[in-house]
Amino acid sequence: MPLEAGPPAALTFLGRKITPLTRRRLDNFRANKRGFWSLWIFLAIFVVTLFAEFVANDRPLLIRYDGAFYMPVFHSYPETTFGGIFPSEADYHDPDVKQMIDAKGWILWPLIPYRYDTITNAPGPYPSPPSAADWLGTDDQGRDVLARLIYGFRISVLFGLTLTISSSIIGVAAGAAQGYFGGIVDLGFQRFIEVWSGLPVLYLLIILASLVQPNFWWLLGLMLLFSWTSLVDVVRAEFLRARNFDYVRAARALGMGDRQIILRHVLPNATVATITFMPFILNASITTLTSLDFLGFGLPPGSPSLGELLAQGKANLQAPWLGITSFVTLAVMLSLLTFVGEAVRDAFDPRKVTG
Amino acid sequence: MSLLEVRDLSVTFTGWRGAAPVQAVKRASFDLDKGETLALVGESGSGKSVTALSILQLLPYPAAAHTPESSVKFANEELIGAPNSRLRNIRGNRIGMVFQEPMTSLNPLHTVEKQVAETLLIHHHLPAGMVRRRTLELLHLVGLREAESRLSAYPHQLSGGQRQRVMIAIAIANEPDILIADEPTTALDVTIQAQILELMHELRDRLDMALLLITHDLSIVRKMADQVCVMSQGEIVEAASGDELFSSPRHPYTRRLLAAEPKGRPEPSPAGAPVLVEGDGLKVWFPVRGGFFRRVRSYVKAVNGVSLRLRAGMTLGVVGESGSGKTTLGLALLRLVDAEGRIRFSGRDIAAERQKALRPLRREMQVVFQDPYSSLSPRLSIAQIIGEGLKVHHLAKDEAEARRRIDEALVEVGLDTAAAERYPHEFSGGQRQRVAIARALVLKPKFVVLDEPTSALDMSVQAQIVDLLRELQQRHGLTYLFISHDLKVVRALAHEILVMKDGEIVEAGSAEAILTAPQHPYTKALMTAAFDLQTAATPAI
Repeated sequence: MPLEAGPPAALTFLGRKITPLTRRRLDNFRANKRGFWSLWIFLAIFVVTLFAEFVANDRPLLIRYDGAFYMPVFHSYPETTFGGIFPSEADYHDPDVKQMIDAKGWILWPLIPYRYDTITNAPGPYPSPPSAADWLGTDDQGRDVLARLIYGFRISVLFGLTLTISSSIIGVAAGAAQGYFGGIVDLGFQRFIEVWSGLPVLYLLIILASLVQPNFWWLLGLMLLFSWTSLVDVVRAEFLRARNFDYVRAARALGMGDRQIILRHVLPNATVATITFMPFILNASITTLTSLDFLGFGLPPGSPSLGELLAQGKANLQAPWLGITSFVTLAVMLSLLTFVGEAVRDAFDPRKVTG
Repeated sequence: MSLLEVRDLSVTFTGWRGAAPVQAVKRASFDLDKGETLALVGESGSGKSVTALSILQLLPYPAAAHTPESSVKFANEELIGAPNSRLRNIRGNRIGMVFQEPMTSLNPLHTVEKQVAETLLIHHHLPAGMVRRRTLELLHLVGLREAESRLSAYPHQLSGGQRQRVMIAIAIANEPDILIADEPTTALDVTIQAQILELMHELRDRLDMALLLITHDLSIVRKMADQVCVMSQGEIVEAASGDELFSSPRHPYTRRLLAAEPKGRPEPSPAGAPVLVEGDGLKVWFPVRGGFFRRVRSYVKAVNGVSLRLRAGMTLGVVGESGSGKTTLGLALLRLVDAEGRIRFSGRDIAAERQKALRPLRREMQVVFQDPYSSLSPRLSIAQIIGEGLKVHHLAKDEAEARRRIDEALVEVGLDTAAAERYPHEFSGGQRQRVAIARALVLKPKFVVLDEPTSALDMSVQAQIVDLLRELQQRHGLTYLFISHDLKVVRALAHEILVMKDGEIVEAGSAEAILTAPQHPYTKALMTAAFDLQTAATPAI
């Protein structure tokens, strides 16, 4: 029996073999130019901020002193190393230290010579406007806004990603169990989720924030308690649908166990819904963290955060660079993610045929 | 001059993203007159539906395009390129159309009355009272019983045949000159199919319409058509009167199509073979819950007290209309749905076994489903699909042996071994069904449940699959439970037949006896409907 000639499509991606279906989805994703470029821009910004310590730091990247190399980014050296008098860590912004090092070598600074908590030398009163030293000015405690922005972006995205991935894992597992087994498991779980999602999350967070000093992991845990429910419904629906598919039935007739059937035949159906939702969940997570920070119930004081910067912008209307900076950053980040989400949705849409 | 003149009609669909354009219809020409039935026959993809849709200019323009010489003249008026306002006046008014799937072509949110009245209101601005009277009249005309009470019914409250009657009522509401019926009975049971065909024939005469019938089923053509156009790959390869076509087909494709009906009889099964599968008093009842506490109100008795025995190497045909419980019976025998009663498989009672204990036994009992499009996971390659069972039962020592057995299975079902690396979407329906059979065969089972394995396929492919199944049975001594509503296919395969209605057996016995001398009136009705396309004395639905 002759076979129809298939289209000669490259069935590898990043060196791995992929199915024609995946190929089609990748092509569809690429066809959405806006989403495709948004992804690249977002990834570029994210990778740069991941290495924030090398971009914005109050310790130099490399020091040549007295014939030897020093890397303050990785090690802390006491001032005595460079011929100072204090046995404490060297403050490289101190003019005396600078002078000592310059005399016997040179200093290589990062692009922005401040960390998120460095007090700059900008002339007061704070917040001081943008200048050649502080490109986006300083905040009300004299810290460089750009440095805080870089660290803040990183913490926002990392928080969002961790929350998204962990709530997806919990949500998919819960939805899978409900949908696949159905019946009383489904009924019980559904009622529980209805009650659970009726709890006023923001008030609970505020109350809990007064009991413990929230840090990154506390906040993550607290928000995870409530965010895992977002995926349960879609995954459950997919499983309810897929467990009656002929090929799932055929797998059962082959003698496959439940676990194998779920992993191999049913879960791939639910992945579509999950992946389509993920960029939007990521957006929601970032927004929640920002709003908590804005209200002052989020990350501990002093942490770089976009919400805190926004709050400062509101408190210091005479210093528009604070508000404008945080607004533009948030708007750009959330828009990029939304565009990526749209492209992902298009890529997984089985009815979408044209670019 | 004919009522409808189609000349050199060509339809081209532009491909997306650089794909080559597809020519769906190539220079088709035919005429249709009042009081005449023209049948467009062909297999799926032959362009018959596209031809019908271009008469009403219902194709997705501009993705679809006609060549300049294409012409569709209705009552001497050119329809191709006619303004939309003019076309709207013709659609549903002078030319009515009935589609294949009565469930999806009716709007589930509107009542029957509203949907029939809609077409009356669009074309004739009748006062409300008259619309209602006319609607009732139409529903009586199409033979819908208790028409008054059905006026406020929603589509889901009607059976498939009743829905198709409503669709016909809508199509003939404005007494059109032409009725186009696109596979009007394909989704229906055989007895209902006969009723609907009779209704259309009668309406054609009574309203003096022309009937354009699109179908893949030659027995419908034989019964209904005055003129026949056989289509293949977008071309009308033969046009002749109905009698002429069947007595002396000229084109080789027509001959092949005519020869494609499932033929032959099964080889006699080995006498005195041991009983392989036995079911005793099988019951599958699905509870119907209601009320505040979701208490069980009643049961849907899908299978109700069915007993059967299959000897090794024989085929038991299970026949019945949709909803008669045949599929559920097959699944119950395999313990894929829970059933009460006794099930014995090679001497072992499996009715009470736990699913886990059944798993080793699953190698010996396999199933092939009706729809080859949904029974193969689109994400796995053919080799993965077939190799799955080998993995589950640890039947291959290593990759190489697994691959060898997969190739063997592919060759056995008549596919090329190169197919292994491909994915289901690259195959036609018949090829997919072969893959599904290979998936069952690779385990070397003893018992295979075939759940309507041919109903989703074209006629010529059906015959091939039937031949393949018969050949495999002989070679491996397989035992089949063959579930089908199509008596022609059952006749070609089954040694014994079991006729089911509403979950119960109405008649059982050897195939010969049942096909030549059916006893029960229901079996008789089924037979006349299937072989003669005539309604027996059964009352209309």
